[in-house]
Amino acid sequence: MHHLLRLFVKRLALGFLTLFVVSLVIFMSIELLPGDVAQQVLGQSATPENLAAFRRELGLDQPPLTRYLDWLEGFLQGDLGNSLISGLPIRELISERMYNTFFLAGFAALISVPLALVLGVVSALYRGTALDKSINVLALTAISVPEFFVGYILVWLLAVEFALFPSIANLSEDASLGDRIYRTFLPALTLTLIVTAHMMRMTRASLINLLALPYIEMAKLKGASQRRLIVIHALPNAIAPIVTVIAINLAYLIVGVVIVEVVFVYPGMGQLLVDSVAKRDFTVVQTACLIFAATYILFNLASDLISIASNPRLLHRK
Amino acid sequence: MNGFLYELGKAPLTAKFGCVVVLVYILVAIFAPVLAPFGESEVVGYEYQPWSAENWLGTDSLGRDMATRMIYGARNTIGIALLTTVIAFLAGSIAGFFAAVLQGWVDQLLSRAVDVVISIPTLIFALLLLTIFGASVTSLIGVIALIYATFVYRIARAVAMGIVVMDYVEAAQVRGEGLWWIMRKEILPNAAPPLVAEFGLRFCFVFLTISGLSFLGLGIQPPAADWGSMVRENASLITFGDLTPLIPAAAIGLLTVAVNFIVDWMLHKASGLKT
Amino acid sequence: MNTFGSNLRIGRRGFLAGSAALVGLSQMPRAAQAQPQKGGTFRLSVNQGGTSDTLNPAEASGSQQIMVGWALRNNLTEIGSDNKLKPELAVSWASDDAQTWVFKLRPGVTFHNGKSLTPDDVIASLNLHRGEDSTSGAKSLLAGVDTLAAEGEDTVVITLSAPNADFPFILSDYHFQIMPVGNDGALDMSGTGTGGYILESWKPGVKTVLKRNPDYWKEGAAHFDEVELLLISDSSAATTALVTGEIDAVQSAEYKTLSLLGRDKNVEIESISGGFHPVFAMQSGQTPFNDNNVRLALKYGVDREALVKQVLRGHGTVANDHPVAPSMPFYDASLEQRAYDPDKAKFHLKEAGLDSLTVPLSVSDSLFAGAVDAVTLYREHAAPAGIDVQVVREPGDGYWSDVWMKKPFFTSSWGARPVPDMIFATAYSKGGDWNESQFSNDSFQQLMLAARSELDEAKRTQMYGDMQAILRDEGGSVIPFFRNFVYARRADVQHGEDVASNWSLDGYKAIERWWKS
Repeated sequence: MHHLLRLFVKRLALGFLTLFVVSLVIFMSIELLPGDVAQQVLGQSATPENLAAFRRELGLDQPPLTRYLDWLEGFLQGDLGNSLISGLPIRELISERMYNTFFLAGFAALISVPLALVLGVVSALYRGTALDKSINVLALTAISVPEFFVGYILVWLLAVEFALFPSIANLSEDASLGDRIYRTFLPALTLTLIVTAHMMRMTRASLINLLALPYIEMAKLKGASQRRLIVIHALPNAIAPIVTVIAINLAYLIVGVVIVEVVFVYPGMGQLLVDSVAKRDFTVVQTACLIFAATYILFNLASDLISIASNPRLLHRK
Repeated sequence: MNGFLYELGKAPLTAKFGCVVVLVYILVAIFAPVLAPFGESEVVGYEYQPWSAENWLGTDSLGRDMATRMIYGARNTIGIALLTTVIAFLAGSIAGFFAAVLQGWVDQLLSRAVDVVISIPTLIFALLLLTIFGASVTSLIGVIALIYATFVYRIARAVAMGIVVMDYVEAAQVRGEGLWWIMRKEILPNAAPPLVAEFGLRFCFVFLTISGLSFLGLGIQPPAADWGSMVRENASLITFGDLTPLIPAAAIGLLTVAVNFIVDWMLHKASGLKT
Repeated sequence: MNTFGSNLRIGRRGFLAGSAALVGLSQMPRAAQAQPQKGGTFRLSVNQGGTSDTLNPAEASGSQQIMVGWALRNNLTEIGSDNKLKPELAVSWASDDAQTWVFKLRPGVTFHNGKSLTPDDVIASLNLHRGEDSTSGAKSLLAGVDTLAAEGEDTVVITLSAPNADFPFILSDYHFQIMPVGNDGALDMSGTGTGGYILESWKPGVKTVLKRNPDYWKEGAAHFDEVELLLISDSSAATTALVTGEIDAVQSAEYKTLSLLGRDKNVEIESISGGFHPVFAMQSGQTPFNDNNVRLALKYGVDREALVKQVLRGHGTVANDHPVAPSMPFYDASLEQRAYDPDKAKFHLKEAGLDSLTVPLSVSDSLFAGAVDAVTLYREHAAPAGIDVQVVREPGDGYWSDVWMKKPFFTSSWGARPVPDMIFATAYSKGGDWNESQFSNDSFQQLMLAARSELDEAKRTQMYGDMQAILRDEGGSVIPFFRNFVYARRADVQHGEDVASNWSLDGYKAIERWWKS
């Protein structure tokens, strides 16, 4: 257990280092993008005079290093700063959208993770049968069409043809949980269709990969049933790759859903981030990216810890 | 080659089907200019003309021949996606194996660098890089390969870590076998199945990512035809029950299913299972 | 005073039946409109704007900011549904020399917070766009203002450094919304205004909610009880939401789905001829564009009819290489329309001493829908004349800062202006901030300045006609067409007999002008 704890602390420290490097990478990327905040906001109506005034007002006339250090200093003191353009506090700007993003991701994860595991085990259990093949074909079809297309098809089917769900989220602030679930259903279903197949196929592949190993052969010789072989003998040893792929997909549900947000006009973080990149609103991009990065790092860390804990050889390594 | 054909003869029907589909796609891609009745971006009539003897699949939103666009699309889509996936897998798995076998600072350095890249949201990172470098085909392949290499790295490393602790690898290390030998002879064969499964999926993800980028205005630039963008250009019609966008989507879907049938077959063979 | 050209509006059935040719040519007879009714919630979707949009009118650019701004506040003057200049917060204005303007403010107008409208509010609101520290996008429009002074309780006197007969038009620009000055002397930019709606919640990029101002001073305006304005950037999401009835109007409808949308009985599509136009601009100070023969060759090398038909699907009118649209005042209808003529193009190329010409033309799809298609088609049109227009696709991001006015030959796009002078001064005058074609013509310059101080309407018409001819024959801008505003609404959303053509959605004022039946 001490080993795990040490690892946890070490990885957490590394996580902070990663975040620091991410903030540098993002800052430099935004510096390298063509045009700055002033030019993006003023667009065609930019003149040398109003550009200069704009830059003075935002402190963009300072050298890049000074601006980065100013931001970092504030950030470390817990001050996320204000949006460069709207001047609104970033905390205010982001909190509601973050809630929306996590709500949608959680909703989709609640459906997709159990579904993927069950389908993966079932198709490994009945591998080669018609059931296995149809699950596979369905899964492959679901991931082989672009996500906006899955979204559009669901809209056509469930919003236009059978007006069961609204085609756009249009959440209001004081929506009840039931209303929220109703309005978020189509995007969540779209995401479920996208991520389930990946997790299910990895589960199936890892299980089948283990079935040829000597200890399984042994168990088989001892007369264990297929079901017992897979659930009791193979599954615990397949945890590492399965958890890894689940972690990747959970992180994806949080950070990678820009397109689904656009299709369903869902006010999440992705839209905010794309908007802010387009406007070069450095402070917003920075905070949003760091939140995403932190999410990813935590999922990653959790999946690694579970992998190690599930493998005695890794756990008791000298 | 004969050995492969012999194996294929014994393969299940799904694998045969997969091979035939992939072969047809590759032939179409190679001979696109010969097969296509019109030029890649030639405007041949009005928009959305129905299927006819002249325009087999009708015309698209700009009045270009749909069948021609599909044929050229095979070339652009498969070419770019395949190249990107291969680069991503070569880079990602080699780096992952290195990290797993060598461990120590190499592992730390690679893993931390990958952590940084992977923890920045894919689409945002692609958006930033493609805006900086311009949305050309070369930078598209480079950027997406870089991003996908990080995912491959994580899987390759995770799988290889499980193998490295096996007795036979330790034995090989004790025997004094070299790094490449261990990677090739011990790790690769054992890590291949999950990686192969991953390849099939990632290959499909690559052109889905490209079409996603087109959705956000980056990606393969028109007038070049690619299936992902073709779905995008016509996607809004589906909400009116018009089936035009289903054609390129079906082409993507069929290829994905075919590739994965082959992958399943190879996976099955590699696992050594008889049933 | 000034009169606008006839407003052209073609109903859904109109253009579906007659397709390209008739759009924008005839005034369709209209059925009698129902009387405005109060009540209901108006949900509309716009597609320009972002999360970082502010309520500061100096930074306003997209439709989200403009529509919300005009729901909350008023200007001194406005462009009415009939495209004529109307008094808004100014009840009248006058000038003897077009240089000193006296604006009388409307009596009894109060802001949402109860404060009465005073000259100080007007002066402070206009000063937002002046001075060295101003970040306003409209700074150059007020560059000619010398002094602003209050006179008594209800008068503002504005002195210009040079005469400008169109000055009241300038004040109708969306930047010049009037806001109250707070007790601390600072402008209140939180959304308090004199407008027909009061801000309930402002979430740019998501949803803005407005409630009717029960004390609105304007007669027959602000009919909806509540307004929800959504930013929907994906046009197919917006279209679907309109079809399923989750929104009542969309700012712009995609050409490719128009015919499908038109089949829906609950949806009305409108195609309004406006002044939005693309420009293929040459830096006419540089070779080879400094030779007028080269410029003429490039102008004869474009098939305008084909562009209107293929790029706009007929929703536009051909243009004549000058920026004055048929819907604008002083449009010279007698000026001969330049036609596609590869032989003439070749002739002018010969005159310039060239057998063939290769010119890269920069373009980006972010300029307007079909921009790249337009340039691609231009390339095909110009080829028979020996001109190779190379299509250079630039990223939309950073286009205005890195491509526009930087490359020798590039595409740009311009929104409508209420009067020719506003676009001439910015984009075609010597020293204009956005003189993209480096146009420098002495007689044009003299005419432009003279027309500003001329108060005789007939003489002005003559002058503006001459200027259009000069631009057509000598300018460095190829202007192929004027694009219509194409938008759609639910059939139960009604509007008056006329619809303004300066912007989409009734001049971006649908919120206060339309009603639900």
